[in-house]
Amino acid sequence: MNAIIISAILGVVMMYSGVLTKNTSAIRNVAIVGLIVLLGLNMAEGCGYQLFHINTKGMMSFEKYGLLFNSIAFASTLIYFLLSGRDVEKVGVYVAEYFALIFFILCGVAIVTSFNSLLLLFIGIEIISIPLYILTGADKRNLKSNEASLKYFLMGSFSTGIMLMGITLIFGATGSFMLKGIAPLVTGAADAPLNVWLVSGLLLLFISMAFKVSAAPFHFWTPDVYDGAPSVFTSFMATIVKAAIFVAFLRLFDGAYGEMKGAWQSIISITILLTLFIGNITAVFQQSVKRMLAYSSIAQAGFMLFALFGFNEFAKEGIILYAAAYSLATIGIFAILIKMKDYTFEGYNGLGKSQPVLAATNTIFLLSLAGIPLTAGFFAKYYMLAAAIKNGTQFWLVIFAVLCAAVSVYYYFRVIQSMYFKTGNAETTTITPAFKYVLIVLAGIVILLGVFPQLLLSQLYF
Amino acid sequence: MPINYYIITAIALFCIGITGVLTRRNAIIIFMCIEIMLNAVNLLLVAFSKMFHMAYLADPAKAATSGIDGQLFVFFIMVVAAAEVSVGLAIIVMMYRNTHSVDVNFLNRLKN
Repeated sequence: MNAIIISAILGVVMMYSGVLTKNTSAIRNVAIVGLIVLLGLNMAEGCGYQLFHINTKGMMSFEKYGLLFNSIAFASTLIYFLLSGRDVEKVGVYVAEYFALIFFILCGVAIVTSFNSLLLLFIGIEIISIPLYILTGADKRNLKSNEASLKYFLMGSFSTGIMLMGITLIFGATGSFMLKGIAPLVTGAADAPLNVWLVSGLLLLFISMAFKVSAAPFHFWTPDVYDGAPSVFTSFMATIVKAAIFVAFLRLFDGAYGEMKGAWQSIISITILLTLFIGNITAVFQQSVKRMLAYSSIAQAGFMLFALFGFNEFAKEGIILYAAAYSLATIGIFAILIKMKDYTFEGYNGLGKSQPVLAATNTIFLLSLAGIPLTAGFFAKYYMLAAAIKNGTQFWLVIFAVLCAAVSVYYYFRVIQSMYFKTGNAETTTITPAFKYVLIVLAGIVILLGVFPQLLLSQLYF
Repeated sequence: MPINYYIITAIALFCIGITGVLTRRNAIIIFMCIEIMLNAVNLLLVAFSKMFHMAYLADPAKAATSGIDGQLFVFFIMVVAAAEVSVGLAIIVMMYRNTHSVDVNFLNRLKN
């Protein structure tokens, strides 16, 4: 509860700070301090220290799991502010408002990690989506940004409509929005036959969530939106937001889909198959690193879907680790991408000579995304696949995923190849020493999580 | 009136909305179709809510508030839809300023 209320308040504070001062670095510092406070209070709640006691009538529950994910999301946002905060200022003149919108998104993130009622799932997802539509179109004069924003908006509200229809049909079949009220009917424990409304409702809800996490065949908006949006905001929505919606998805499965998950496995396995295939194969043919990252985020979503497929302890731990590994690495890659003048692969030629620190850290992040051992991405992928194997069915899917991970190495290594083995002079904007230090720390965290994943996972139990 | 009529009406409206979103090319009309979808959902929610309330009248053992949360949900949908309209129209206006068109067929610059 701390996180939800404080982040909403911080959003308002940021809006006022934009009225009071036009000094952008002061605004950025307010945002960073606010985020540290938010992170601290969220961690305090994990230790049982609550600022607010609000009776939510069982509509929300704040467990270790959701709170730990919140902490990961806030910590990633903090690193994102430290790395890319200055680039937010270059998008437009309304700097304080951009930060305010990011805080509102974090409020939505805190809601979707703790909902117990479909009402709050809907509200949380909308609180995440609406500020994102604005951030996507933040570069007002740029036609690509406009286009991405309109596309995202139309697709987003369309999928919201589908989600609402799903929730309504579930309500019609069960008479309740609470996950607890739905579960017995889904499992058949209440002696009622699975009626057609309930099944179609669950299916529509699944489709709309697949839309939001950009799982194939509902992924078509992702490359265009990620490509068109200002790079700083792409970085945010491809990482923290996506991971948060996955946690919501997992929570929904945990509650509403209940024991019926066996019946869903065939649907999910088809989704995983398509997502991995389309994401990885299309990423191979991209010329722009930014667009490649958009497709790679689809491919990574395919891996995260294994959490829903496996659905056991491994999966729950794995998605936390995956969220951390994927968010941190992608934020790092985007932070470097934003500094490049040319977003194509050729733009990276010779970066290893001109900016050795950037190239070295970028390599670590790319290795992590590809899932090479000693980086966080390896254990993240390991946990996902272990969850699927432990589940025991459809072993071929795991083999397919490993093959796809091998394909992904090709396009991640293309960037490394450009940086080190091709001659050219990669042009970057000015890079401050502080930026390099934060990058080095971030790379350190990625390696640390790759060697000791228990550092993060043990937080779940203490 | 039986609940089936409401369900059929709402689903028909919803399908009209979906068809509109998928076939029309004018951003404003697509947007209107999305609103039709949301309103179909509102209608259905209210109908279900009434249905559960009638169930309470027939069998007082059930909670007197049964079905009330369906009506509450409608208010939330209205609020969120209003927020979406304000953002969405702003985006469409921004688009119109740059291209002097609200045709979504213009949206092909990102395809390459």
